[in-house]
Amino acid sequence: MADPIIISASPHIHSNKTSKKLMYDVLYALIPAFLVSIYVFGISALILTSVAVISCILFEFLIQKFLLKTEITITDGSALITGILLAFNLPSNLPIWMIIVGSLIAIGVAKLSFGGLGYNIFNPALVGRVFLLVSFPVQMTSWPTAVVNNTTIVDAVTGATPLGIIKEGLMYGETMTTLSSKFPSTMELFLGITGGSVGEMSALALLLGGVFLIARKVITWHIPITMLVTMAVFTGIFWLVNPEQYADPLIHILSGGAILGAFYMATDLVTSPMTKKGMIIFAIGIGIITVVIRLFGAYPEGVSFAILIMNAFVPLINTYFKPRRFGNKIKSKIM
Amino acid sequence: MLNLKTQKLMLKTFPKGGIHPAENKITSSNDIKRMSIPKVVYVPVSQHIGIPSEIIVDRKDKVEIGQIIAKSSGFVSSNIHSPVAGTVTKLDKIIDSSGYKKQCIVIRTDPKNESNFKIPEFPLVKEITLSQKDILQHIIDHGIVGLGGATFPSHVKLDMKHDKHVDCLLINGVECEPYLTADHRLMLEKADEIIIGIQILMQALHIEKAVIGIENNKKDAIEVLKKATLVDDRIKVAALKVKYPQGSEKQLIKAILKREVPKGGLPMDVGVIVHNVGTIFAIYQAVQHNQPLIERVVTVTGKTVESASNFWVKIGTPIKDLIEEVGGLPEGTRKIVNGGPMMGKAIKNTDVPITKGTSGILVISEEEASRQEAKNCIRCGQCVFVCPMGLEPHLLMNLTEKGLYERAGNEDIMTCIECGSCSYVCPSHRPLLDYIRFGKSIVKNLNTTKN
Repeated sequence: MADPIIISASPHIHSNKTSKKLMYDVLYALIPAFLVSIYVFGISALILTSVAVISCILFEFLIQKFLLKTEITITDGSALITGILLAFNLPSNLPIWMIIVGSLIAIGVAKLSFGGLGYNIFNPALVGRVFLLVSFPVQMTSWPTAVVNNTTIVDAVTGATPLGIIKEGLMYGETMTTLSSKFPSTMELFLGITGGSVGEMSALALLLGGVFLIARKVITWHIPITMLVTMAVFTGIFWLVNPEQYADPLIHILSGGAILGAFYMATDLVTSPMTKKGMIIFAIGIGIITVVIRLFGAYPEGVSFAILIMNAFVPLINTYFKPRRFGNKIKSKIM
Repeated sequence: MLNLKTQKLMLKTFPKGGIHPAENKITSSNDIKRMSIPKVVYVPVSQHIGIPSEIIVDRKDKVEIGQIIAKSSGFVSSNIHSPVAGTVTKLDKIIDSSGYKKQCIVIRTDPKNESNFKIPEFPLVKEITLSQKDILQHIIDHGIVGLGGATFPSHVKLDMKHDKHVDCLLINGVECEPYLTADHRLMLEKADEIIIGIQILMQALHIEKAVIGIENNKKDAIEVLKKATLVDDRIKVAALKVKYPQGSEKQLIKAILKREVPKGGLPMDVGVIVHNVGTIFAIYQAVQHNQPLIERVVTVTGKTVESASNFWVKIGTPIKDLIEEVGGLPEGTRKIVNGGPMMGKAIKNTDVPITKGTSGILVISEEEASRQEAKNCIRCGQCVFVCPMGLEPHLLMNLTEKGLYERAGNEDIMTCIECGSCSYVCPSHRPLLDYIRFGKSIVKNLNTTKN
């Protein structure tokens, strides 16, 4: 070492935050929800998540090593998170090969073909999920019912999700009053003893993780709260007009992955807007699209589609909703 | 508890952005010591923003302490005085803190001259006898420049055009840079002098209102100055939230007065003049005691430094003398910074002299010194959230990287105050400010050629 003194431009200190630490914070935040899903679905949830995580990391490694021949980035934690989030959005009895296909789409198509972490426009886990949903609609919508402490690998009993029950019931002319006996109570929805994807079980567990993420400043409140409030207001209007035809806002918020989507998917740093104004617009968009799909669309569930649709608007939002410049009295054209 | 909370809520601050790095004010309880007289001083002729001063001494000339050795050569320029009594040995180019070779006057201290070793005593002079014009002349003659770091010649701020109505004087005692405690100590030890310095300026400017802004991590200084301001109800003390860059001129004005300096404008445009506390003390010394600016308070600090402290240092003292004074360069030192860790300049050579703008010397060890490898931008928006100027650092870096300077200009790259908050928070360790600085230099050139 000839000269040990380093010259570099200021600042000379750093916050010590790294993208890796952010990713691991997301990981920790998902632990409570993961434990609930293991409690509810048993070993199959564990297998599903492991398969998704391993195949996501493996695909990232293989593609970067042999196809792209670029730097291997599997240690940055982002593939790990994609795997977990993908698994959380799948029913626990999904055939293993489908999980692997979903992972390939998530990592290979949604992430690496765009240029890797930071360049992807759409949330990789959701792309994987939606790909599976449109390709294998039957398997993707037959949910194992909650059997506490289930240790068998294949779940024998399957049933629809609360939102599915409502959608189908309303189609056959039933009313909310008669339907309410067929799906779990609000309390059960909140705690997570219900049918559905692996990770969308317990609103409580997901909220715990969400609060952790906000406390650790990984995400801000803007996206999740705005999105949930928009959903509550929008569904609330319909419910007030006709409570026999529309479910109440609480059911909408507590079921169908709304909370999972609000706190973990919509807030994905890469695919969400970079200003607070933009985040609010983005979240309102997601809330409205979700409700429109749920109430009037063919699918009982719309969070994934809503987030992906709004992902596409993020560059536009970033261009038009800029932070207010200091000392600039003339307001920008849009705001 | 509730009381504490309401107190916190009442603290003033700028509205958007900012960070809170570890304060590391190691030396905040160390009295300002007097640095031993250096054997040789290297006095650069360009210690201020503006035109370099014109040398009026020659080799082998004998100079007295406080004698003018380089004369102001324009309106935005300043006199430079000899910090010691001795002999001019060389007029040479020497590397200064900018890393470039700059013209310096090298003076060998005369060890036999008693004036070098006499510790000057200045009794407090309260009465301001000089007229507005004389005050201004004293500030010009004694080479007073802004000691906060920008080293803008102080008389320029006072000699304002009549079309601008200035109604408030802000005193910057924020010292938001981590590690530095020079202003803090000065406020504690020279509170009465600072108050008189403020009165001098108020008289010179015909201003009836002055506010001293101090960050709330210097509660003792707030206390002391509040007591000292009891004599004059036109002067107030404002406690400010501990948030970097609270001490940036524009942010400070916004925090205290809720006025926003327009884009490309000056504090005068919103009726404010801002001076650093160090400058105020220098003005007091110049006006009341006819003392030129030949020494200043410098914090010499760092986690590994043996006896970090604050010093009265003669201008032109080589940094190596200061490092020697605190116990030598510690093992494992990887960086020496002239200034604070957020905005200071890294220097390679410890022969670099202290100038009027040096507020601290910071020694950084191995762990903190090296930057981590830059990764992809993950579009987390942290840089946007912390930017106190409402800019989008990630975008400015991107545009600069791609050479889209015109667009970078349209995205207000020139309003960047280079506080470094963006680079500080970036979880991908991207060199945001490096690129923005580069972009700024090019946009500046483009703008000048356009005009």
